[in-house]
Amino acid sequence: MTRILDVSGLHTYYGRIQALKGVDVVVDKGEIVTLIGANGAGKSTLLMTICGKPRATAGKIIYDGQDITHMETFQIVRQGIAQSPEGRRIFSRMTVLENLQMGATTGNPADFDGDLERVYTLFPRLKQRQTQRSGTMSGGEQQMLAIGRALMSRPRLLLLDEPSLGLAPLVVKQIFEVIKEINEQQGVTVFLVEQNAYHALKLAHRGYVMKTGSITMSGTGKELLASSEVRSAYLEGGH
Amino acid sequence: MMDYFLQQLINGLTLGAVYGLIAIGYTMVYGIIGMINFAHGEIFMIGSFISLISFLILSSIGAFSAVFAILIVLLVTMIFTAVFGWSVERIAYRPLRDSFKLAPLISAIGMSIFLQSFVQVFQGARPKPLQPIMHGGIKLLEHDGFAVQISYLQIIIILLTVGLMIGFTAVIQQTPLGRSQRACEQDRTMAALLGVNVDRTISLTFVMGAALAAVAGLMFTLYYGVIDFFIGFLAGVKAFTAAVLGGIGSLPGAMLGGVLIGLIEAFWSAYFSIAYKDVAVFMVLVLVLIFRPTGLLGRPEVEKV
Ligand SMILES: Nc1ncnc2c1ncn2[C@@H]1O[C@H](COP(=O)(O)OP(=O)(O)OP(=O)(O)O)[C@@H](O)[C@H]1O
Ligand SMILES: [Mg+2]
Repeated sequence: MTRILDVSGLHTYYGRIQALKGVDVVVDKGEIVTLIGANGAGKSTLLMTICGKPRATAGKIIYDGQDITHMETFQIVRQGIAQSPEGRRIFSRMTVLENLQMGATTGNPADFDGDLERVYTLFPRLKQRQTQRSGTMSGGEQQMLAIGRALMSRPRLLLLDEPSLGLAPLVVKQIFEVIKEINEQQGVTVFLVEQNAYHALKLAHRGYVMKTGSITMSGTGKELLASSEVRSAYLEGGH
Repeated sequence: MMDYFLQQLINGLTLGAVYGLIAIGYTMVYGIIGMINFAHGEIFMIGSFISLISFLILSSIGAFSAVFAILIVLLVTMIFTAVFGWSVERIAYRPLRDSFKLAPLISAIGMSIFLQSFVQVFQGARPKPLQPIMHGGIKLLEHDGFAVQISYLQIIIILLTVGLMIGFTAVIQQTPLGRSQRACEQDRTMAALLGVNVDRTISLTFVMGAALAAVAGLMFTLYYGVIDFFIGFLAGVKAFTAAVLGGIGSLPGAMLGGVLIGLIEAFWSAYFSIAYKDVAVFMVLVLVLIFRPTGLLGRPEVEKV
């Protein structure tokens, strides 16, 4: 398999606070890789640093054979990376359709109609809400919009930050099914940050565990699920 | 009495068109980077100088029809003034964008003083006159020796403004550029994550604001027939008041605020005291800031996310 993302020795600071302390992570084409870890471990920081916000102070980020460590954010995502970030960050004063149009910023206008249809097939709810101001939608609908918006650019690497946060179990299940579908049917590589460690590890091919800015464990989803350390720290109380 | 009222209404709308066009620049820049561009009044002033110089050059070349001359000058003025607007952002604001909040404001005031001095040095301090380009008008009513008249120039000013505002609103609402601008207003980081070139989008916002201020400058030159390096201050503060009155950050608000300020100024001059017309406008600013800081069409700060 070929490597799509190779992060090595990554350091990131917020002012004086060091959030990443030499992170190494690799993702191969076609994989679903998950990153789990406690609150404040640095998971969101890693996803954002890959996109250049904030910028890494040391280390290297290679995407598809290309060094993107020092590129501008808008250029990084134009290489084929899309992120549905922490907190969803949908444009609440815009309509659902306008949010999806924003997602297509880097895309070819000729593909727009087809891509829109694809997203509407994944999330039929969004089609019903096309002209609604997105800030007035429910949390679950907003999450669907955030993922749909990320898909509009036809990414080859999709970064998802806690897509299940705050959603009802049924909606969580639906979101995870969609992630699987995107990966298997559309061939999109997925790097998934999750609090919901059980679901994430079951879904993912491989996983990493992060603790206060460093990767402490890695392995296949099955291995990590079986590990006593992961079970006691992240799967407390069943799942 | 009705006639007099009607005449002031026409005058007020004309003034309001000028203020509204300038106010859009304040409100857009505030929307996208959250700062008051204090140099914007000076951009308007530079627009009026560029238009005056262009008219002088055109008339020295030879005879053109008035409408044709205005169209050429309009184009030239918009282009050159936009370059000034673009440069101001590049030189004075962009390097300070991630600095503390007051830094760009101070830089803006510095830029404003610099641009005034620049024009004063190169164009002189004395007021510059322009021969009227366009005469005549339409008498709407006449009795008791008082005629209500709308001049051709006023018609052009009002029509051009309405046209620009419609076109401009369409750009903001319908085009990818306008969408990117609105996206940057809400969340610049997210816009960048979607591939928007945020720096370029901000630059274009300054360019658009400056181009509209340029049109206002051209109108001012034609309407008053005399300009100097200091006109940007008063016009700027009034347009800023218009933007605040309408709700800073709101595009329709800036247009509405401009019209209201124009009307207030015209009616105050007509019915109370022409000497205190500027004071009246500033009173409005103070009252709005006290009683309705979000303005008439402004949105409250809290947002459901
Ligand atoms: N903008 C910021 N400014 C300063 N410190 C920050 C900022 N963002 C994050 N941090 C700090 O960096 C560390 C890592 O934060 P990060 O958001 O990456 O954690 P996380 O693993 O995503 O946590 P969670 O599971 O709660 O989302 C934390 O200590 C956090 O307080
Ligand atoms: Mg996080």
